Amino acid sequence: MIKLFQIKNYAIPNTIEEAYQLLNEKRANTLLGGCGFLKMGKKTIPTAIDLSHLGLDKIKEDENAIEIGAMTSFRAVEVSSILNDHFDGILPRAVKEILGVQFRNVVTVGATVYSRYGFSDFITALLALDAYVILYKGGKIPLAAFLAQGCQKDILIKIVILKKNTRAAFHAMRNSQGDYAILNVAVSKENNEFKIAVGARPQRAMIAREASKLLGEGQLSEAMIEEVSILAAKELTFGSNMRGTKEYRQILCKALVKRGIKEVLS
Amino acid sequence: MKINVTVNDEQLEMEVGYDEFLVEALRRYGFNSVKRGCDTGCCGLCTIWINDQPTLSCSSLAVRANNQKITTIEGLQEEATDFAKVLVKEGAEQCGFCSPGFIMTILAMKRELKNPTEEEIIHYLTGNLCRCTGYLGQLRAVKKYMGVV
Amino acid sequence: MKIVNQSITKIDGMDIATGKPVYTDDLVNVKALVVKILRSPHAFAKIKSIDVEKAKKRSGVACVLTHQDVPNQRFTMAGQSYPEPSPYDRLVLDEYVRYVGDEVAIIAAVDERTAIEAMKMIKVEYEILEPVLNFEEAIGHPSVIHPEENLEVNFDIGMKREKNIAATVLIENGDMEEALKNSPVIVEETYYTQAQAHGMMETQRAFTYLDVSGRLTIVTSTQIPFHVRRIVANALEIPKSKVRVIKPKIGGGFGGKQNASVEVFPAIVTLKTGKPAKIIYDRKENLGCTSSRHAMKIKVKLGADHEGNIKAVDMEALSDTGAYGEHASTVLGVAGYKTLPLYNTAKAVRYSGEAVYTNKMPAGALRGYGVTQGIFALESAINQLADQLNMDPAEVREKNLIKQGETNPILSGSKAGEPGKLDSCTLDRCIEKGKELIGWKEKYPSQRVSDTKVRAVGMAITMQGSGIAGIDTAAVTIKLNDDGLYSLLIGATEMGMGSDTILTQMAAETLEIGMDKFIVHGIDTDLSPYDTGSYASSTTYVTGNAVIKAAEDLKGKMMRQASGMLGVPLKGLRFKGDTIGVINHPDKQVSLNEIAADVGAGEGKQEQLMGSGTFGGDKSPPPFIAGFAEVEVDLETGKIVLIDYVAVIDCGTVINPNLARIQAEGGLVQGIGMAMYEDVLYDKAGRMMTNSFMQYKIPCRKDINKITVAFEPSYEPTGPFGAKSIGEVVINTPPPAIAHAVFNATGVYVRNLPITPEKVVKGMMESSK
Repeated sequence: MIKLFQIKNYAIPNTIEEAYQLLNEKRANTLLGGCGFLKMGKKTIPTAIDLSHLGLDKIKEDENAIEIGAMTSFRAVEVSSILNDHFDGILPRAVKEILGVQFRNVVTVGATVYSRYGFSDFITALLALDAYVILYKGGKIPLAAFLAQGCQKDILIKIVILKKNTRAAFHAMRNSQGDYAILNVAVSKENNEFKIAVGARPQRAMIAREASKLLGEGQLSEAMIEEVSILAAKELTFGSNMRGTKEYRQILCKALVKRGIKEVLS
Repeated sequence: MKINVTVNDEQLEMEVGYDEFLVEALRRYGFNSVKRGCDTGCCGLCTIWINDQPTLSCSSLAVRANNQKITTIEGLQEEATDFAKVLVKEGAEQCGFCSPGFIMTILAMKRELKNPTEEEIIHYLTGNLCRCTGYLGQLRAVKKYMGVV
Repeated sequence: MKIVNQSITKIDGMDIATGKPVYTDDLVNVKALVVKILRSPHAFAKIKSIDVEKAKKRSGVACVLTHQDVPNQRFTMAGQSYPEPSPYDRLVLDEYVRYVGDEVAIIAAVDERTAIEAMKMIKVEYEILEPVLNFEEAIGHPSVIHPEENLEVNFDIGMKREKNIAATVLIENGDMEEALKNSPVIVEETYYTQAQAHGMMETQRAFTYLDVSGRLTIVTSTQIPFHVRRIVANALEIPKSKVRVIKPKIGGGFGGKQNASVEVFPAIVTLKTGKPAKIIYDRKENLGCTSSRHAMKIKVKLGADHEGNIKAVDMEALSDTGAYGEHASTVLGVAGYKTLPLYNTAKAVRYSGEAVYTNKMPAGALRGYGVTQGIFALESAINQLADQLNMDPAEVREKNLIKQGETNPILSGSKAGEPGKLDSCTLDRCIEKGKELIGWKEKYPSQRVSDTKVRAVGMAITMQGSGIAGIDTAAVTIKLNDDGLYSLLIGATEMGMGSDTILTQMAAETLEIGMDKFIVHGIDTDLSPYDTGSYASSTTYVTGNAVIKAAEDLKGKMMRQASGMLGVPLKGLRFKGDTIGVINHPDKQVSLNEIAADVGAGEGKQEQLMGSGTFGGDKSPPPFIAGFAEVEVDLETGKIVLIDYVAVIDCGTVINPNLARIQAEGGLVQGIGMAMYEDVLYDKAGRMMTNSFMQYKIPCRKDINKITVAFEPSYEPTGPFGAKSIGEVVINTPPPAIAHAVFNATGVYVRNLPITPEKVVKGMMESSK
C-alpha cells in the first residue's frame, strides 16, 4: 500500500499528563493505539504519542467493577480469565471472531472505543453491559453517552464495567467468517432489566431502548420475544453499504435480537 | 531513529523511520522471510513474534520494537524444518509464500495450547490466509504435527 | 509405474516452506530504483496536460515518465502465443486513461518515500469523459473507450471498436429452431457471474537491470517468461534478443501472472536510466490495477422432452473485458467451447456472444478461463430443468452426458465434417461415486434439521481442457552431466502447484531412476527451452509429453553410447536406469556414471549426451469433475454453511496423488469463494470498493469445513502416462452446485453470483408473497 501517512516526530511519554500536553500541542498530534488502521490514513502527524509506556494494558477486577486499560489488546480480552468468567464471557466472545490472533494482538480496546467504530463487535458487547469510559480530563462517562457524543480531544485511560449478576449474549452475522459483521447484537439481562444493543447497522452501536424496556415489562412469552425483536428492528435506524442493505439489516436485527433474548433467558 | 532490538536472540541496532513498520525495517535488514501480503492486517503473511506473541509486522511500528524481542522464522529454522517436513509430506506447501507467517503462528500455538482440539487449531490459525491449498491439507499437517488424532 | 502415480514430496518443498529467500523481491541484491505509478482518479478521461518538472527536480528522483516519453507502439499484456488473439490496445502510458487506476506516469526514485513525494508533485489536468460502467450498456454507448486509430488486431476477432465490442464469437451445430420446436420442455434463464480476483499471496512484481553487455534482464514473478520477453520487446521497441527473463519461485498465479502486468514499467525505467529498478505492487494495485475474471451475463435456453432428453442448448453471453481486451475473445469463446460438448444428446447447440469494453479494471485469465462462467449458467439451467421435470438431476445428467468413445463436433480436435472423439472419460463413474460420497440417496433434496435450519444437497458437472490444441508448445531438454546427474531443462513455470516435481517424476519414470538424480532449474529465457508457459492447464499434458520425448531421446543416445562402450549391438542391450546391461550377461554392464565419465573424456571427440523433445497437441483432452455440495441454510438470516463438498475427478492418470489432491482442494475453495463471498464492486464513479483483503473476502480457514476429493482415473491415450490436466477444472463446479443446494434448501435460485445470505433471505420473502 502506498504509505500516505507520515509521522514527523515520535514521543513516548512516561505520564498521562505529559501525553495530554503533547496531544494538545498541535491539532494533528495523534495518540497511537494498536496502529492497525494507521497506515490506511493519509494524515501527516506532527507528533505521534505512544501510550505503551503508561501501564495501561491491564485488566483488573475488584469487588464492584472490572477495569480494562486502554492499551489492552483484543487478544488479552479474549484470553482474560476475568472477562471469561463474567457476563457469560460476551466480551471475549465478541472479539474472538475478529480476524486472527496476530491481528488481535495488535488492536487495542482504547483505540477501538475512542474511535467509536461502527463495525465494532466489541463496542456492541460492551454497550449491553453497565460500562463507562474513563477519560483523563473528561472523567467517567457512561459508554452510551460517549458513543453518542464523543468527547473533546482527550485520552481514554480505561473502561470500567460494573460487576452485576448479568446474563449476556452476543450474536453477529458475517458472510465469510473472516469478514466484518453485517450486523451484531448483544443482549443482557440483570434481574428484570434488559439491554438490547445493536451495532454495525452499519452505524455505531445503539441501545434499542423501547424494545429493551418492553422486554423488562412484559411476560417473557414467545409472542412477546417476537414483538420485542420487531420493535428493536423498527426503532433503530439502519443503513446500506457493500455488506448489506438497510432492509437486510432490519431482517437480521429481528432474528439476532430474538436469539439473544432466548439465550439470556435460558 | 536508532532502536535496539533483539532479533532472533541477537542484539541489533536498527535505524528506522518513525512511520516505518516492522515488516519494512526487517526486510531492509535482510530478514527476507517476512512477507508483505495485504497491508490491511487481514492475511497473516507478515506474522512475526514480538516478545513471543504472534503479531502483524505490517501493523507494528518499528520504533515500538525498541528494547523488545523479535523472532522471525530465520531464528527458528530447526523447529520450522520439523513442521515443514510434515507439511511437505502432505503436499500442502504449494507456493510457500504464506509459509513463514503461517509457521510462526503454528509455533506460537504450539507453545500456547496444550492438546488443542481441531476447532481450537482452526481458530488459532484463522488469521493466516492461503489461496493455494484450500486449508485442509495444511490442517492435516498441523494435526499430525500437534499430535491431534 | 514406480514413480509416476506416487505421492512424491515436492522437490523444492522444504526451501519454500521454511522461509528461504527464493522469491523475486528476496533476490534484489543491488540498490534498485523504486518504481511507482501515478494512477488515474477518473474512470475515463483524456490527459490535457501533465506537469512533471517539479517532481523531476526533487532530489533522489531518477526519472518521471509520461505518455510523451513512451513508444507509440500498441501492445497487449496478455501472455498468449504470437500472434495473440488479444487486441493491441495498450500503450505503456496513454493520453487516455480508461479506468480508475489506469497508469498516468511512472516515477522512479532512490526509495519509496521519495517516489511517493515526487508523485504528489505531478500536476495533471484531465478532460473528464463520460465512463461506461455498466457492461450491459457498453455496446453503442456514446463514449467510445478506444477511439485511437492505431489499435491493432492480429486477426479477425470480431472487434467493433466504435461500438465498444472487443470480440465476437459464434459456435453452432445443428438446427436450433428445429430442436427447440421439438422440445416440449423449455428452461430459459439469465445468469450473472461476477469479476473475481486472483488473490495470489505474492502480488505482481519485477526487477530489471542491464547486464554487462547492456541487455535488459527482467526478474519477474510470471507464469509466462517467454511471452514476457516478447511483450516487453514489442512494447519498448527493442529486439527480443536484447531481453532476458528470469523466473524465480512464484507465490501463486492463478492466471493473474499470465498477464505481463508490471514488467514494462521497471523495464522502461532501466532503459532510460541505465539503472536497476524494481516494482512491487501493493495489494491495492494487485486487486485494483491488474486483472480479474471476466464478469459475464449468460442467457441459457434449454430444450428437452418430458423424459429428460436434452434436445437443444442455446447460450448467449456478454462478457465484460474492462478497459483493455486481454483474453477477451478467448475467454468468451472457451465459455462455449468447453461447456457445449457436455450434453452430447443435444440435437442442436449454439453459443454466441460479445466481449465489451467498459471503464473498469481490465479482465484477464483466471483459473477456469470462461468455463467457470459458462458452467455456472449451463449447470444451473440443467438443475432447473431437472426440477421442472421432477427428475433427479443426477439422472438427467446420466441420460445426456458425453461418454468415452463418443464424438462431438465442438470438442477440440474437431474438423469440418469430422467431429472430435472423446478418448478418455469416466464422468458417469464420477457422478456415481460422488453420489455415494455425499450421501445423495439419503440427503437429496433436503432435510429440516431445526426450526430455523435446513440442510440440502446440490450438484454440477464440468469439463475443461489440457493445453491449447494446435497452439501450445513445450520443449524439454535433459542433459546427462559428467557426474551422472541429469539436468532437466524445462520452460514451464512452477508456481507452487508442483509442476517441477511431476515433470521430474515423468523423467525419472522414463529414465528408470530415482528423483534424486535430477536437477531442475528455474526459468531463464537465455537458457531454458521454449515453452508457452504454465496456463490453460497445459503443464502436465503439454510439457509432460515433451519430457517423455526428451527422456526417450536421451535414453536412445545413452544406449548407443553404451553399445560402443560394451561392443554389443543395441538389440542386445537393456536400459535399467542406473546401468545399461547386456541381455543374458548379468555381469556385463556400464553404469550411468561410467557413461557420463566416458563422454566427458575423449578430448572432445564424443558427443555430449542431451535428449530433446517438443510437444504440441492437436487436441486438448478434457478432464471432468462431478461436484456435490451439502449446505445448511439458516432460514432467518440466510446464512449458508457449506457442510461438505465432494469432487470426483477424472484427470486421467494421477501423476502425484498428494499434489493433485491439494491442487483440487485449493481450486475448489477458490470456486467456493466465488460462489459465496468474493465480489469486485465499484461505486457510482467507477472506483473499485474492494481493493483490499478487508473488503474483498477470499475464504478463510473457518469458512471451509469438509472437502472430499476422489479420483476416477481414465486413461488418456495422448497424455503422458495417460494423464490429462487438473489445474483449472477444479474451480468450476462449486458455484452451480452450491446454488443448487441452496435452492433445494430454500426454493430460491440465486442466478447472480455470489450467493449471499441477503439474496437468499430476500428470495424467500419474495416467493412467500
